Amino acid sequence: MASIAPENEIGSLTIVPTSLTLSSYEQMVDKIPIGGAFINSLIVASSITIGVLVFGSMIGYALSKLVFKGRDLIFYVIIFTMTLPFQITLIPQYIIMVKFGWIDTYWALIVPYLINALSIIMFRQYFKSISDSLIDAARIDGCNEIQIIFRILWPNSMPAIITIGIITFMASWNEVLWPLIVIRDESLMTMPQLVTLFAVGGRAESQLGVKLASAVMLALPIVLAYLFFQKYFIQSMASTGIKE
Amino acid sequence: MEYTGLNNYVRLFNDITFFKSIGNTLIFLVIHIPLQIIVALFLAEILNQKIKLMGAFRGAFFLPVIVSGVVVTILWQQLYGYDTGLLNRLLTGIGLGKIGWLTDPNIAMTSIAVMATWKNVGLYIVLFLVGLQTVPVQYYEAADLEGANHWQKFFKITLPMINPTIFMVVILSTIGGFSLFIEPYIMTGGGPLNSTVSAVLYIYKQGFFYYHMGYAATLGLFFALIILSVVVIQKKFIEKDN
Repeated sequence: MASIAPENEIGSLTIVPTSLTLSSYEQMVDKIPIGGAFINSLIVASSITIGVLVFGSMIGYALSKLVFKGRDLIFYVIIFTMTLPFQITLIPQYIIMVKFGWIDTYWALIVPYLINALSIIMFRQYFKSISDSLIDAARIDGCNEIQIIFRILWPNSMPAIITIGIITFMASWNEVLWPLIVIRDESLMTMPQLVTLFAVGGRAESQLGVKLASAVMLALPIVLAYLFFQKYFIQSMASTGIKE
Repeated sequence: MEYTGLNNYVRLFNDITFFKSIGNTLIFLVIHIPLQIIVALFLAEILNQKIKLMGAFRGAFFLPVIVSGVVVTILWQQLYGYDTGLLNRLLTGIGLGKIGWLTDPNIAMTSIAVMATWKNVGLYIVLFLVGLQTVPVQYYEAADLEGANHWQKFFKITLPMINPTIFMVVILSTIGGFSLFIEPYIMTGGGPLNSTVSAVLYIYKQGFFYYHMGYAATLGLFFALIILSVVVIQKKFIEKDN
């Protein structure tokens, strides 16, 4: 079963293709702005990943190394937010987006995902294992807090950064429900969203080949990334147990 | 802003389709979770024995996990299609009748559950592999000395020792299963006679198709409470099993 990889016969309905043709792909590119969607997904997923890494590490740092009143309380609140199923926040979040005027903009896609409780927890955990003396030495040398995070902590936390980075990127790339809600303008749609609408909305006009072609395009980037970074992917997801 | 107060709740409790959607989601879970655990555990056991090929198989099994659900669903549509789907063509090819994988209200949800299992089994195989490897070898050796066969070793040693892993797998697939949305949305759009409408799909339709925002928000809250209760119940149930 594992061998049913996302490769399909192109443009033909028989089990073994009689002739391979790229015409499906041409048609697909004509019908829907798949290239644009790819770039959209890339922009959104990258921004979210970078944001999560930056904010997550900053908050994780504060929670693990700095001392202030209410620190532990904040941490527990953050954990608590993880227990709430997203179904409750779906509609209210949408309403907020409307009020901000962010519908059909990149903001709606990116901002809600910038602070990720899981990444905060992971960063905090990881930073705890970094010795305080290293940080103190940096302080003595005159580093301010920001420099400590990015010059000292980050280089020493590469495993955590890679793990969180991969998970975040993957999760945001595959996210479909939220884009379906906040984006109506085709030029801004993310790739999974576009393919979904394409497959469901009859734009494919029962032309199987085009539909499958779009599915392959959607799968391709992740599959390629996976082939190169397989080890990291599996390690990352297994260590946090998130499923898509 | 006017408050409609309890109107939405009254509406909710009269909404048969909503409860049906919750029921559908539960049906999905009841099929998906045990299937997942059995298949993943089984495959993990096998992979655990032959350490050489483990890397390649693990890689292959894990691939569907990271591929978007959209792709998997479109793929499986080609399998499940009534007239043109691969499965039915195989069946008619060997002289049997077609099966309405997605058109029969009684089995549509099962079909989706099987697909979801296929997609995610890789993740749970990896989790189980890790769990299996934490069982101390001495236990198995001691059992061998006492002449235990494979099944006895499995049920008396392996299962109890990986209880935490099993618990984690159950919780993860439950929470994941409750958010079932994109598969039914693409596959059947809610399915023959609303048999595949998952709760999230229903809430989505209410909110963004019919624009009953307030009502959808109410539904969301109610559903979230259900999820919380299920998880709490599961916790009590499985931790007692220890």
